Amino acid sequence: MPKLIRSAGGAFEEVEDTFVAIEDEAADPGGDILVSFSRLKGGGVALAARSHGRLGVRLEPEDEIEALEGPLARVALVALAFPKFRDGRPFTAARLLRTRLGFKGEIRAVGDVLRDQAGFMVRCGFDAFVPADGSTASTWAEAAGRHSHVYQRAADARTPAFVEREGE
Amino acid sequence: MYRYDAIDRAVLADRTAEFRDQVRRRLAGELTEDQFKPLRLMNGLYLQLHAYMLRVAVPYGSLNPVQMRALADIARRFDRGYGHFTTRTNIQFNWVKLADAPDILDALAAVDLHAIQTSGNCIRNVTADPYAGAAADELEDPRVWCEAIRQWSSLHPEFSFLPRKFKIAVTASPRDRTAAKVHDIGLLLRRGRDGETGFEVIVGGGMGRTPYVGPTIRTYLPSDRLFSYLEAILRVYNRHGRRDNIYKARIKILVAALGAEAFAREVEAEWEKIGPEGDLPRAEIDRIGAAFTNPDFVADPASGDFEARRAAEPAFARFVRNNLKAHIRPGYGIVDISLKGIGETPGDISADQMDLVADLAERFGQGDIRSTHEQNLVLPHVRLEHVHEVWKALDAAGLATPNINLISDIIACPGLDYCALANARAICVAQDIARRFEAPDRAEAIGEFKIKISGCINACGHHHVGHIGILGVDKKGEEFYQLTLGGSGAEDAAVGKMLGPALPIDRVTDAVEAIVDAYLRERREGERFLDTLRRTGDAPFKEAVYAEAH
Repeated sequence: MPKLIRSAGGAFEEVEDTFVAIEDEAADPGGDILVSFSRLKGGGVALAARSHGRLGVRLEPEDEIEALEGPLARVALVALAFPKFRDGRPFTAARLLRTRLGFKGEIRAVGDVLRDQAGFMVRCGFDAFVPADGSTASTWAEAAGRHSHVYQRAADARTPAFVEREGE
Repeated sequence: MYRYDAIDRAVLADRTAEFRDQVRRRLAGELTEDQFKPLRLMNGLYLQLHAYMLRVAVPYGSLNPVQMRALADIARRFDRGYGHFTTRTNIQFNWVKLADAPDILDALAAVDLHAIQTSGNCIRNVTADPYAGAAADELEDPRVWCEAIRQWSSLHPEFSFLPRKFKIAVTASPRDRTAAKVHDIGLLLRRGRDGETGFEVIVGGGMGRTPYVGPTIRTYLPSDRLFSYLEAILRVYNRHGRRDNIYKARIKILVAALGAEAFAREVEAEWEKIGPEGDLPRAEIDRIGAAFTNPDFVADPASGDFEARRAAEPAFARFVRNNLKAHIRPGYGIVDISLKGIGETPGDISADQMDLVADLAERFGQGDIRSTHEQNLVLPHVRLEHVHEVWKALDAAGLATPNINLISDIIACPGLDYCALANARAICVAQDIARRFEAPDRAEAIGEFKIKISGCINACGHHHVGHIGILGVDKKGEEFYQLTLGGSGAEDAAVGKMLGPALPIDRVTDAVEAIVDAYLRERREGERFLDTLRRTGDAPFKEAVYAEAH
């Protein structure tokens, strides 16, 4: 079972993954489920009527994040897939999800997820990670906290250098 | 010049520590080469034909003497006593060991240098006019914007895994010395109607397999809106640029596929959504700008015996004609240092030569050194009365070849002598042409003439924008060279047109000479080679090169 690392209040911890990924044609088993973007769009009514368990959706890099805007209120988890770790589209998706769509739920990095991107992911708004490189919560935390200063605004609350320098 | 503050230094120290850990994990087998490759590339470390190569960033081509001496030291300790300046204004060390790389990065960090983002699919080193802050025809110092772009693009959380590499150029002169129109983004500083400054924004130029002169997507962007606009361009590219084919992944392909107007609309729509939140506060631009105000100029300094020596010493006069450019202040000049000694490797410089350049910059040049995309160096602020002494010292070290912008001032990529991607050699072709045109009177009579040589279609030697471009190709295991004519990387940017069938290596220099001779026959008063070619078309040149084959 791959680990799930979640950040809460700046700390990283390994937690149990309560979400079960289900195929597009499979019946809803109840509980926390993770569905594809097309199932979410297609099965809107049925999924909306669920009375137990939370809903998560998995987006591939080519899925347009803006299309989530309508159903987003019912979604507790957005999993953004990295088919290859070099594919940088999920960084943009996460940042827009947080800053433009105002999503407050969990944004999870899945797929080819390496700790060398931990800092960038956190800055773009990811708060949950399924590492593909055997990272533990502590190695992940170390990687994510590597840089004491940042130059840009992103989706996190970090103070960019140009603000730190104000009043110097 | 901009000086790192405590924050800049901390960023560098953290990044160096991170890379040290990544190298350790690779050497310990915790990372596969496949996983390590993009990480080392983000730190400028390539695996070449014979060894690792480390590409050190020279942000917007600006170095101080302390940094230059540190590069000399690295060349001696970790390489074979020399380095190579590239067409990205960076410097490469061709013979480093992987295990030494973290120590080299520490040595670089000690003088505020690094190799961050000199490779990989990220925002690379920004190109500036090498005469910035000195050029007589400059509107405003573009380095202010370059430094702000350097910071904004460093370890950018959203744009570090783009479809492909990304290069930005900034120029503020009507004469474009950055090749802005063949960059992913070219920013041309303009004066607006309101008297403020802004940028003409060019997107989607490039070389490689599919060369394009980039189209303008906005004629005037107020300069205080630059960063939100860059964010919009990068975001559209990161989302929609192709990732299925490495050769179609540059932004130029996206711009060409959508059309410049449709691409511009996408950018403008995204820009609207970002708003001024994405911009850098004026105070930060002013802070950076203050670092580039030069306090050390003397008002109207005496020019000493400059004119007298120029009149009396023909060799000095020749150097002045070709390697000294007009400075914005009276009594000063811009000294070009040629790294194109006849028979030398274009862009190569020995550790001793680096030390000398550092000394001269310190004694006579306000501690300011520039590298150019044409693989030369510049001392941008030299008092005219010191130019003779600088020239003597450069000449004694083999650095005073008076050939800037002349036919032997050739750009060449490392080619098959070093590069794992190359199909053919480039260096020896450059050397052979330079030797043929060694006679300086003849070279001056020929005038501005830009030859650019690439050892493969990736076009690191910028052959597409050479007045004569020379592209090495492999034909059944033999090196052949495809000639193109009429390219330009300047303000009149153009992609060269193929002249005819590729030539074997031993016919290339003859072909160049045949083209030059045809130009000298055809040219009218005051015409550069490019002007003549544009007037006559390529028929006389085709005839000159291929006639004997009929």
